Amino acid sequence: MKIEVKNLSVNIAGKKILSNVNPVFPEGKSIAIIGPNGAGKSTLLSVLANLRSEYEGEVLADGENIRKINRKKLARRLAILPQTMQIPPDITVERLIDYGRFPYRGLFSAGDPKKDREAVERAIKIVNLEKFKDRRVNSLSGGERQRARIAMALAREPEVMLFDEPTTYLDIAFQIEVMQIIRMINEKFGMTVITVLHDINHAVQYSDEVIVVKDAKTFQGAPKDTINSEMLEKIFGVRAEIFTNEKGVSILSPVSTIKNQSS
Amino acid sequence: MIPDKFSKNPILILTVFAIVAFFGMCFSVMKGSVEIPFNEIFSAIFGSSESIHGQILNNIRLPRTIVAALVGINLSLSGTILQAVMKNPLADPHIIGISSGAGLAGISVMLLFPESAWAITPVAFLGAMAAALLIYILAWKNGIRPIRIILAGVAVSAFLGAGISSLMILNSDKVHGALMWMVGGLSARSWPHVEIILPYTIIGMILAFIGAKYLNVLMLGDETAKSLGLNVEAVRLIFTALAALLAASAVSVVGLLGFVGLIVPHATRLIIGTDHRYLLPGAALAGIATVTVSDTFARIAFSPVELPVGIVMAAAGAPFFLFLLRKEL
Repeated sequence: MKIEVKNLSVNIAGKKILSNVNPVFPEGKSIAIIGPNGAGKSTLLSVLANLRSEYEGEVLADGENIRKINRKKLARRLAILPQTMQIPPDITVERLIDYGRFPYRGLFSAGDPKKDREAVERAIKIVNLEKFKDRRVNSLSGGERQRARIAMALAREPEVMLFDEPTTYLDIAFQIEVMQIIRMINEKFGMTVITVLHDINHAVQYSDEVIVVKDAKTFQGAPKDTINSEMLEKIFGVRAEIFTNEKGVSILSPVSTIKNQSS
Repeated sequence: MIPDKFSKNPILILTVFAIVAFFGMCFSVMKGSVEIPFNEIFSAIFGSSESIHGQILNNIRLPRTIVAALVGINLSLSGTILQAVMKNPLADPHIIGISSGAGLAGISVMLLFPESAWAITPVAFLGAMAAALLIYILAWKNGIRPIRIILAGVAVSAFLGAGISSLMILNSDKVHGALMWMVGGLSARSWPHVEIILPYTIIGMILAFIGAKYLNVLMLGDETAKSLGLNVEAVRLIFTALAALLAASAVSVVGLLGFVGLIVPHATRLIIGTDHRYLLPGAALAGIATVTVSDTFARIAFSPVELPVGIVMAAAGAPFFLFLLRKEL
């Protein structure tokens, strides 16, 4: 599914969060959205996911305005992993993931139980939670819980997946695990993956395209073209050293903040 | 603690609940100033009702027990739905003021237009709905927080209570019935009352059971529910209306009976879990048992004086409310 954003503007409480932006989301790629806190990354993502209706401009999915697409039909093709989710204490991993099949079920019809079961099983396998499927979600570690939530989105078998800071609150090992799953979803299943990221190193390592949000505007490019010391100074207000490891991946190491930023 | 792989069998639990509800009703039918043995219940219902036991049973005990059961169902479903929709463990039609809305509206009809008794339930429903919306609007400030719903409910309840009291003082000649109604009682409830409440119970149960899966998704949070394609606002509005209708129909028959909608859903959730497909029928069955048994105690505890069941429910419910307050907020 091809996602296009045209002349998007968002105001929240009188403040301009995004002003007439036209980010491009190449199909089948892993796209990272980065930017300072409060720059509007999550806002952009919530517009894409049709979670927010107060905006100007339009979002097109394969040329069709997402406001006009039936909610459940859109939910089958586009899944978002919100930053927080309330999980009732007695819900098991398998049942949580099964909720991902909700968009396929009607008011009176149970959908296709066989297909549902297969999709749930596939999702469980992808995130490697077979052993945990009867465990209660709230008894899992942070990383396992995040994998269960990813599997819930995967069970929808979407074409596009959106992640809102998927590594926040996780230990470093779990962060890598989650980022690798996201990369795999993109590479192995060809899904377009759009991820709001906090850690710029993750954006460098795991994405094909980076969209930078700053002062209500966006610009974008390949990681190697967008992420450099000039950008880090201007956008994030940090001075950083950038190394290249033996695999040719850039690694940044922030050194100091720059005082008296213009913004 | 609940073990991880809690091998709960919801169907089995519901069966046990159904048996308990059945015996609750039998208990209610048997006990009173005249004891009716268990083995006579069915012969009296289905056989000739010429005997004294048959008369008592068919004209007094049975309709009252059925009203108690239906009220139990309605208030329990209403509370279960409100707790899910408002994401608030303390939501209960009585506590958050929906019952007061129904009460003020109903009592207005009762005292001001006594000849239009048929209008009590629909008007009480409008009152309940108005109160629900008012509470919702008052509690809204960048989203809904549990504590604000409770506080807004207390305020709305107090305000509507002032209206109810004024009406009663201004119409003090007709007040006795209204006074009993304020506490919530089943005294002298009979077949006409069954007819008033039964249609709402049936509608309520059907809609609640169809909608169970939507409540389940709503439990995951608004963002997740929306992203799964659920029209969160519509679901919330429809279910709030349903909860108001259920509460209003109960209120218009037995008055302001509190705490059923609070205690029953919670106790049921502890046993059955949070899946509304089982929680709702479980709460309905537990509601039957709770109200029928409480009413029987209210009848026989200080016999020959009969207490309104509302007093029994409040005596049991208030401590439970405090327990929840400490545990969950």
